[in-house]
Amino acid sequence: MTVTQSQNVVAAQKKGGDNRYKYNNIEIKKLFFDYSGLIPFFIFAAIFIGLPTGSVAVNAFRGNSNEWTFENLRVAFGDIYFSSLIGSIQLGFTSALTGAVIGLAISYGVAISGKKKLQRVVATASGVFANTGGVPLAFFFIAAVGNYGLVTIALQKIGIDIYSGNFTLFGFSGLVLVYLYFQIPLMVIVTYPAIEGIKNEWREAAVNLGATKSMYWRYIGIPILTPAFTGAFLLLFANAFAAYATANVLTSGTLPLLPLQIGALVDGNVVADQTNVGMAMGLEMIIVVAVTMGGYIYLDRKTSKWRKR
Amino acid sequence: MSKVKPGSTITPKPGVGLNTWLIVGLLFFTVPIVSAALFSVQVGDGTYTLTAYSRMITDPGLSAALWLSTKLVFMTVGIVLLLMVPTVTWLHIRAQKAKRTVEFITLLPLIIPPVVTALGLLSSMPSFLKDSPYLLGFAYGALTMPYTYRALDAGLNSIDVRTLVDAGRGLGASWKQVLSSVIAPNIKSAIFGAIFLAVALVLGEFVVSSLLIWNTLPVWMALVGMSDAEGAVAISVMSLLFVWLLLMVLSLLDGSRKVKINVGGV
Repeated sequence: MTVTQSQNVVAAQKKGGDNRYKYNNIEIKKLFFDYSGLIPFFIFAAIFIGLPTGSVAVNAFRGNSNEWTFENLRVAFGDIYFSSLIGSIQLGFTSALTGAVIGLAISYGVAISGKKKLQRVVATASGVFANTGGVPLAFFFIAAVGNYGLVTIALQKIGIDIYSGNFTLFGFSGLVLVYLYFQIPLMVIVTYPAIEGIKNEWREAAVNLGATKSMYWRYIGIPILTPAFTGAFLLLFANAFAAYATANVLTSGTLPLLPLQIGALVDGNVVADQTNVGMAMGLEMIIVVAVTMGGYIYLDRKTSKWRKR
Repeated sequence: MSKVKPGSTITPKPGVGLNTWLIVGLLFFTVPIVSAALFSVQVGDGTYTLTAYSRMITDPGLSAALWLSTKLVFMTVGIVLLLMVPTVTWLHIRAQKAKRTVEFITLLPLIIPPVVTALGLLSSMPSFLKDSPYLLGFAYGALTMPYTYRALDAGLNSIDVRTLVDAGRGLGASWKQVLSSVIAPNIKSAIFGAIFLAVALVLGEFVVSSLLIWNTLPVWMALVGMSDAEGAVAISVMSLLFVWLLLMVLSLLDGSRKVKINVGGV
């Protein structure tokens, strides 16, 4: 028995080379066929996502006569353009933090209210408002709290002038206010599942073991919600950091913001030989958004993992 | 002995403040819209008129912008139907292994800000494409991918694609027939969902069309706003009502699915 078996093995090994080759060939053909259906998609993505992005990344390191240089990045991080990076980060941070705190409070309040109808209304409204942005939103706020807005005038009649202080709709404070219109609902959408996932049993267990309310929050509530909150904050940050339309209509480019600055360089308001500085700033933006969104995706996976268990 | 006071409950109760906060929230989200609606019909002396609307509707700029935006909508829908639906279906029946790669690629438009995409398109595309609105249509096809892919993927996850395809092919249908008369009817609501999301996004998109210098609806709206505030507010009200209608139809079509998140495209 053993002899025949080993003979078979030897025989198989003798012929093996050819057989394996044949097998691999079929495998490769099958693999090729499997992927062939995706070729149109890959071509489309390569032309309309890959090519533009690659062009920005390469041109960021090219001078006016096509030589390789770090000059664009140096200028992009120089004082004039650097202030727009700082401005965008400040705007992203402020609107994301305010939106995240208010959004979380709303999620929590609505989740524990136990009112099914309210929860449904808030969920639907959040979906709609989070998608409300761009040019129309800017005009809505102009109609409400612009210089001749209805709210502005109504408040003036009762003696309150919202423009007497530092507030202006057409500057930093105005943008933060307008961005909250889509940041708060986005926060509600993203964090609501995490808050719903907090089991009442955990609170009961903690209380039965003698925990006070503050101890419960310190050791259970806050540690559980932190990854969800941080992840959502990052998402909101990226959202505001890259927003263009609303800011463009409201500030008309007076506020230094990275996307608007890039837009201005393309529009040709600036000396032509600085187009590649725009590319360098574009690269800057991609890196900031990629890092932030990477953080969001990582934290989101972490939170949804424990929710499933 | 724990110090739970009598009367205190273990389950959390909303504070008395909840209703107050709900009212504040309601005001924050409705006041701008109500103000806009009033602003667009009010005249300086306190009377109401619809002249802002009639002025905008008869403006030749509107029909031009509307026509361009409509063409772009059709093109994007075409890309969803002819590229995205076959691709995602193929992923499910033949190339499961490539799913992660494809999913990653479709998420890229969320990571690359639209303003950078516009910059890249301007610097990398041949001028004959830059001179035609088709480039914008293709760009929108790419920009909407994160939403269309996820909508279609969710739809296909809910049916047994492999069995359906095998049955169809086994009974002698061609791939085209399988796709159009077996798969498509089964994921109808997902396809409609993807289309609605794409349409809402295309109708609101500003930065790419503005930098590529095409007067789409939002670009024209911003242009009007520079000289005619009431008119711009009137179009904003009309366009928002339309997009809301689309979103509402979408949520009615599939109430169970989570609302898609729009990031960076604002």
